[in-house]
Amino acid sequence: MAAAPDLLSVEDLHVRYGSVEVLKGISLKVRRGEIVALIGANGAGKSTALMAISGIVPASKGSIRFSGREIRSLPSEQRVSLGITQVPEGRRLFPRMTVKENLLIGATLRTDRSEIEKDLAWVLKLFPVLKKRSLQLAGTLSGGEQQMLALARGLMAKPTLLLLDEPSLGLAPKLIGEVFSLIRKIHEMGITLLLVEQNAYQALQVAQTAYVLETGTIALHGPAERLRQDPSVKRAYLGG
Amino acid sequence: MNLFLQQLLNGLTIGAVYALIALGYTMVYGILQMINFAHGEVFMVGAYFGLSVILAFGLAAPVPGGVAWLVGVICAAAAGCALLGLLIERVAYRPLRKAPKLSVLITAIGVSFFLQNAVMLCWGAQDRYVPELLPVRQMGEGAVAVTPMQVVIFAVSLLLMIGLQWVVHGTKLGRGMRAVAQDPLAARLMGIPVDRVIAVTFAIGSALAGVGGVLFGVYYSTINFHDGYLTGLKAFTAAVLGGIGNLPGAMLGGLLLGLLEALGAGYISAQWKNVVAFAVLILVLLLRPRGLLGERLAERA
Ligand SMILES: Nc1ncnc2c1ncn2[C@@H]1O[C@H](COP(=O)(O)OP(=O)(O)OP(=O)(O)O)[C@@H](O)[C@H]1O
Ligand SMILES: [Mg+2]
Repeated sequence: MAAAPDLLSVEDLHVRYGSVEVLKGISLKVRRGEIVALIGANGAGKSTALMAISGIVPASKGSIRFSGREIRSLPSEQRVSLGITQVPEGRRLFPRMTVKENLLIGATLRTDRSEIEKDLAWVLKLFPVLKKRSLQLAGTLSGGEQQMLALARGLMAKPTLLLLDEPSLGLAPKLIGEVFSLIRKIHEMGITLLLVEQNAYQALQVAQTAYVLETGTIALHGPAERLRQDPSVKRAYLGG
Repeated sequence: MNLFLQQLLNGLTIGAVYALIALGYTMVYGILQMINFAHGEVFMVGAYFGLSVILAFGLAAPVPGGVAWLVGVICAAAAGCALLGLLIERVAYRPLRKAPKLSVLITAIGVSFFLQNAVMLCWGAQDRYVPELLPVRQMGEGAVAVTPMQVVIFAVSLLLMIGLQWVVHGTKLGRGMRAVAQDPLAARLMGIPVDRVIAVTFAIGSALAGVGGVLFGVYYSTINFHDGYLTGLKAFTAAVLGGIGNLPGAMLGGLLLGLLEALGAGYISAQWKNVVAFAVLILVLLLRPRGLLGERLAERA
């Protein structure tokens, strides 16, 4: 069977918290090997969309297909083992565990022990700041180091699709640049990315395709390059 | 004989049993921020499981290989209680995972009543005699009298505590348990099967309580369906004293509480024994609510 062109295909996804409908039927596609950006204002529902894809919040309607397979009713751990990993907003590390333990938890569902060891070494090489801190408690890392660890922990799952929720949030400009160059590196390794960002400028630089989410609906989508030129996007998200 | 040393030894013995039960309170609290008030009843059921196995095999001292038999009885009761713990979690608590704390508390009290009454119906309301499995004799001629039973209680508790530390800090299961305790949402995102980890936590805590129940029964020789209430509350006190959510704290709290109680009984009056535990509980809650080894509450944020 030929691989489905769309790695992830979300159609008419509805999510509600109690009586409030936060996602009102969004559709988006992520092709294999692509970086897709999902941008939008605070409270638009970006994190909710990622949580629905990860199986943390239930969808009230719609479909989520991964590699052609309907996953809407699968529990979150099965979605991780299929290859969908999320690096959540605010990092959410395990603060009273060491850097190394956090990384190993990223590999929870893998059984290839010797490969896990190899990947551990590889990830620490990719994130040199973590290497000399591998026995330090995650809660004592600086903000930038924590973001690196969150990315590294996600990579330890060997994902096919990595969902990144605001990886540049709260970082100094220099570190933001570093995070985006890591995103490029991760992409070059063959990992497909769905990137949620407030930093629309950078996100539209690095992505091939982009979606603009406005209060629970997709207002606009297309090639990232085109959206960068779009006057309404410029006005609303690129500061002029 | 030296009264002080003797009371110290007696206190540590019962303290080890408190510690085993306290671990269950603290593990469940650590992972769900919930006090499983039915836990004392699981301990009591464990004592009755032990009694049933002893009676079923017609065991009574002096049985040849008494220690081996005792270990067998302990394992059987631990397994039975592990299943009971799984059942309680699945039927009573899991459906209430997102419910207000008060509903969970009321449910726990309901489970307690249910277990007490079930035991009363199955085994009767009167005190039950638990046959001795080990010879009742003093070992050594020194300042204190140690019985073989005390040695077994120390050995079993120590092994289980070391074993638990190993599980929690040295295995993948333990890593999962700590992850769920620190951030359940992140744990789910990493693919940890959170429901299964919670179930296993209940099973382990309940098994430890079951072991405590057997040890309690053979040490005191009589058990009653009310025993879970008082001893459970004392073990809960021990967990709070050590710092709820903290495993070494539960161990320390259990031993300390046993000691305080025995010294209170020895030097004040035996009738004051039970008051000691509650005085300790009140003092800890007033003076150091996070307990001896507890982390500052802010760290949980
Ligand atoms: N657990 C929840 N219960 C109730 N409402 C929620 C919950 N999580 C999010 N919401 C609401 O859903 C809406 C969308 O939230 P979401 O976190 O998805 O937005 P977002 O686009 O990620 O915003 P931000 O850029 O600030 O992270 C918001 O109005 C928020 O208040
Ligand atoms: Mg968000």
